[in-house]
Amino acid sequence: MVIRNKLLIIGLLASFGVACSSTSEKPPEDSGQQDATTDTRDSAQDQTPIQSNPFDDPSNPLSKRVVYFEFDSYSIKPEDRDIIIAHAEYLSANSGEKVVLEGHADERGTREYNIALGERRANAVKQLMTLQGVSSSQIDVVSFGEERPIAIGHDESAWSQNRRVEILYPSH
Amino acid sequence: MSIKKIKLSCVLVLVSLFTISMPARAELTIDITLWLDNATRIAVVPFEWRSPSRIPLNMTDVISADLKRSGQFAPMKESDMIETPHSSSEVNYATWRNSKMKYVVIGKLQSIGRDSYQIQFQLLDVEKGTQVTGHSFQAKKKQLRRLSHHISDLIYEAITGERGAFDTYLAYITVTKDRKGQNRYRLAISDSDGYNEQILFESSMPIVRPSWSPDGKKLAYVSYATGRPQIYVQNIFNRHTQRLTDFKGSNLSPAWSPDGRRMAMSLSKDGNAEIYIMDLNTRKLHRVTRSNGVDIEPAWFPDGRSLIFTSDRGGKPQIYRQSIDSRGGVGRAQRLTFDGKENLRGSVSPDGKRVAMVHNIGGQYRIAVLDLEADQLSILTDGHLDESPGFAPNGGMLIYAGQAKGRGVLAVVSSDGRASHKLRLQQGDVREPAWSPYKQD
Repeated sequence: MVIRNKLLIIGLLASFGVACSSTSEKPPEDSGQQDATTDTRDSAQDQTPIQSNPFDDPSNPLSKRVVYFEFDSYSIKPEDRDIIIAHAEYLSANSGEKVVLEGHADERGTREYNIALGERRANAVKQLMTLQGVSSSQIDVVSFGEERPIAIGHDESAWSQNRRVEILYPSH
Repeated sequence: MSIKKIKLSCVLVLVSLFTISMPARAELTIDITLWLDNATRIAVVPFEWRSPSRIPLNMTDVISADLKRSGQFAPMKESDMIETPHSSSEVNYATWRNSKMKYVVIGKLQSIGRDSYQIQFQLLDVEKGTQVTGHSFQAKKKQLRRLSHHISDLIYEAITGERGAFDTYLAYITVTKDRKGQNRYRLAISDSDGYNEQILFESSMPIVRPSWSPDGKKLAYVSYATGRPQIYVQNIFNRHTQRLTDFKGSNLSPAWSPDGRRMAMSLSKDGNAEIYIMDLNTRKLHRVTRSNGVDIEPAWFPDGRSLIFTSDRGGKPQIYRQSIDSRGGVGRAQRLTFDGKENLRGSVSPDGKRVAMVHNIGGQYRIAVLDLEADQLSILTDGHLDESPGFAPNGGMLIYAGQAKGRGVLAVVSSDGRASHKLRLQQGDVREPAWSPYKQD
């Protein structure tokens, strides 16, 4: 049964927090895919006295690496633009850095349509990033459709977590 | 019987027990969920087997199960049979009339040499007291199961007038967890009753959309083995596999043309997903669609002159029809579906008169069939997330993927929706079914 739990979506969005200005950077320490090499690219840009990793700092938009979508939609929510723009600024400033935008969908609809839908979501994120000056050669897009859900379940609370684009840094 | 022969048969029995018990956990099991109230009553009498050695296969069990699964027949239980005749002279028609049987099948299985059997059967009309059809065959032990399906086809055709589709394959994807909890995807084929499963390809990465070549000898499918979805083709007999596409983006929805020389597919190499046709000899691509939306899931009409596909160019995904020639699309695509919130993944019936699809009604995804002449849509299933419909080669049944107790199962429904059965794995999910064409050998 499709009952859109809008309150839940709003709640999830609220939990993303608000963008902050810190653009300091170091490899994240929690990603599980991290490369242990120290990032020396632009520590000069680190203007904040706090010596934290922006990818880990919950107040930094770079710490948000998942954006969510409405059912059958690939429109970026206004609240998520700041997250994507922060990643775009990071990528523009670090032209050697690459990112993989991994598109996903909920289980409703057919598997292949969902792969295409996840791809459109990832391409929408890519487009916003390239508008911010990121070179498209830095961005790789792949969609898994409904094949890799975050939440197992057959209701909106699971579906809303699965309709997403993950912003992945392979080198971190 | 000589001692030597007895020994041989013991070995055969042990081997067959072993081979049956080993893959059984992975094989599909069948639950009949719905059949016709007015199903034709038929008695398939166990075939005569005179040898003291164990019968190589209870062929009549396979035949009864086939007929029952079709939903069109109500086979009599063996334990209810008062008489078990093996030749027409032994048949007492009054007995079967009293049991309200319309048809009786009788036959014999004989060993006529080392791994060689003679099989004969007769289909008898109880009311008329006459033979409808009768055949005899020679076969090896490993051919007996297939021969049973062939006999089911002959019985089905003699009674219904429609060609049977029991001697066919199913292709599907299974997903199980390995010891580390990681998904294990397998591309498999089995007989139409779920027996004789063979794994064609196995991967830790997703596999979707198996698609049969029209000669039934090859399967195209989409695998993420390289990290992104690409189309592969595998010969099911020699297992030779080749990658057909390596384009940027998603390479999806392989669909062989009826002549087997071209393949329609959906590629996002130029931005969003569009339909293309690839010439399989030259590998040259012809673009069919140009839209701002996702164009995906093409399927051919039997004359090879038009395609249907799913497109969300109008907002929500709906099914469109597009005429094509050797160079690609001709004219504008016409929208076929207007009922329901969404309609996806169309599949054209073998006679080209109907289109099966996934139909979203009130958030429920169900299998529906659109009669193109009458422009009438019938909803056949009542699941929440039914998908991947495909016709049996005789058009009489549809296979699709559904959910039961949170697990992916395959289900078969008669194309009038009045009979159905489910095929499930003991563990894990089974999905993305595709019914093979008729076998050509």
